[in-house]
Amino acid sequence: MEGTRIESRPSARAFAGRDRAGRSHARIAWERFRRHRLAMLGLVLLGLLTLMAVAAPVIAPYGPDEQDLFNITAPPSRAHWLGTDELGRDVLTRVMYGGRVSLAVGLAAALISSLLGVVVGAVAGFYGGWVDAALMRFIDLMLAFPALFFLLVLFTIVPASVANVVLFLGLFGWMWLARVIRGEILALKELEFIDAARAIGASSGRIIVQHLLPNVVAAIIVSTTLSMAYNMIAEATLDFLGFGVPPNVPTWGNMLTGAANYYIQVPLLPVAPGAVLVLAILAVNFIGDGLRDALDPFTEW
Amino acid sequence: MLRYTAQRLLGAIPLILGISVISFVFMQLAPGGPDAMFARNGRMSDEQLAAIRRNMGLDKPVPVQYLHWLKNLLRGDLGTSYVQNRPVTRIILERLPNTLILVGAGLGLALVLALAFGVLAAVRQYSLFDHAVNAVAFFGLAMPVFWFGLMLQLFFGVRLGVLPTAGMHATGETGALDLLKHLVLPAFTLGIGSIAGWSRYVRSSLLEVIHKDYIRTARAKGVRERVVLLRHALRNALIPFVTVVGIDIPLYAVGAVVTETVFAWPGMGRLFYDSLAARDYPVQMGILVLSAFAIILGNLVADLLYAILDPRIKYG
Repeated sequence: MEGTRIESRPSARAFAGRDRAGRSHARIAWERFRRHRLAMLGLVLLGLLTLMAVAAPVIAPYGPDEQDLFNITAPPSRAHWLGTDELGRDVLTRVMYGGRVSLAVGLAAALISSLLGVVVGAVAGFYGGWVDAALMRFIDLMLAFPALFFLLVLFTIVPASVANVVLFLGLFGWMWLARVIRGEILALKELEFIDAARAIGASSGRIIVQHLLPNVVAAIIVSTTLSMAYNMIAEATLDFLGFGVPPNVPTWGNMLTGAANYYIQVPLLPVAPGAVLVLAILAVNFIGDGLRDALDPFTEW
Repeated sequence: MLRYTAQRLLGAIPLILGISVISFVFMQLAPGGPDAMFARNGRMSDEQLAAIRRNMGLDKPVPVQYLHWLKNLLRGDLGTSYVQNRPVTRIILERLPNTLILVGAGLGLALVLALAFGVLAAVRQYSLFDHAVNAVAFFGLAMPVFWFGLMLQLFFGVRLGVLPTAGMHATGETGALDLLKHLVLPAFTLGIGSIAGWSRYVRSSLLEVIHKDYIRTARAKGVRERVVLLRHALRNALIPFVTVVGIDIPLYAVGAVVTETVFAWPGMGRLFYDSLAARDYPVQMGILVLSAFAIILGNLVADLLYAILDPRIKYG
């Protein structure tokens, strides 16, 4: 997963000579990001999908559970633009509502992972010694877990609600970021500006939050984005295996699962939810790649 | 080197113990359990139930039960399945070869394709082929494995009708050709993520090496381009790749649970999935601990191979 970096494109090198004086880091990053065509495409796509999901109750032509029993597994028509599913529910409506859960679960779980990763990584890197050793062993332990198996076992114990899916995906996704943050902080804390901060009497907490974390923001943002994409796939997979969000809740994963049982009779049924899911994940990955290039101070352009 | 290996192996023991303790505790928290089946039976008297619990060792405190389980594990005994009433070790060993066949095929396919795609894309950087590989890689990483499997089934199984969509063998068949036919779609499904991820990895690490001085030297000496690429560049570019593959292999076995479910492949993942519904805890425990062990072993082997392949790295 790591190390798959996209080289800066030759067309973008024209930007290298431009004067950077007087512009903030965020501004420079945004200008680089804007030149990343795929990332901008991803941003637009994700924006549209989010808009569609948020506005679902207003713009959806039907209710998410509304059944049209005279039109079961109907092909696309004027009344049902994307057809109806095996229970006569409007596919377009459910795709819209499904985005609410799928996108929210992906983002929320990614935020939990990032928060945990930052806290554990910063504490381990800053305090070092036995704290570091203990936390690193714990990370080794977490990484040795066959996560998918363990998630499945967990969901036979706790009820599989949206909140639980978010929580457990978050709890199993923070280890890599923690390692990265720890490594960076380990190196950063030896620099002079940290000595200076300490000399003027800043507390450890203040040094971590005010002086160290701003220097690792790039890693945090990129990791959050990529883990959002990963979590959306994981959520759909859990749905498919029957251990995710309850099957009556419209999510893209649940729609695919329902469609999977009828796809021989109705081959078009898995296409729409699958396509939006893949599009959303593609969009998030594009944004992640663009952010990685834009935030990396060592990229030339 | 030997000392480092020993150190790492010793370091793995607490990890495995930790994972087994946590798994065991979770199994205790889980509803149902070995006696639930009997407790449901209305004709069962309390004394009979107590006798069954005593028989299964369930009257002892949890830590004692755990130590008992651990002692048996060291002798290669993972307990007895509640559902099948047979040793878990034997049940897993029956399924393991099927998973290994699937994982081996998926892995082989992914390695061959990722290497071919990655090298060609790097050699023809920014060509149409390079962009195509990149696009395929992006899609490969964005597709949920089960959806990709369904689409393959739909296209090759249902629409074209050329490949079987479920199981390992057609009824009554046992031949290798039949197995191969059943293997194509699941192996491809299992491998797609790695084909995508690895080909990008091979491409970027080959591009990194290709601009080094010793490659220029080799070219200046008049070595043929083919030899420069395969002998001089690729061998070095693949060193980090070996680590990535080593870490990914055990994850293949875990990821197989999805593929095996989609294609009704009778492997270990499918066994795990079935044991969840049946609340067959000894089987779940056995597979959890075995796969944790495989993950740790995979990491260890990757690290050691890294040291062997790259003479610049010295351990302890």
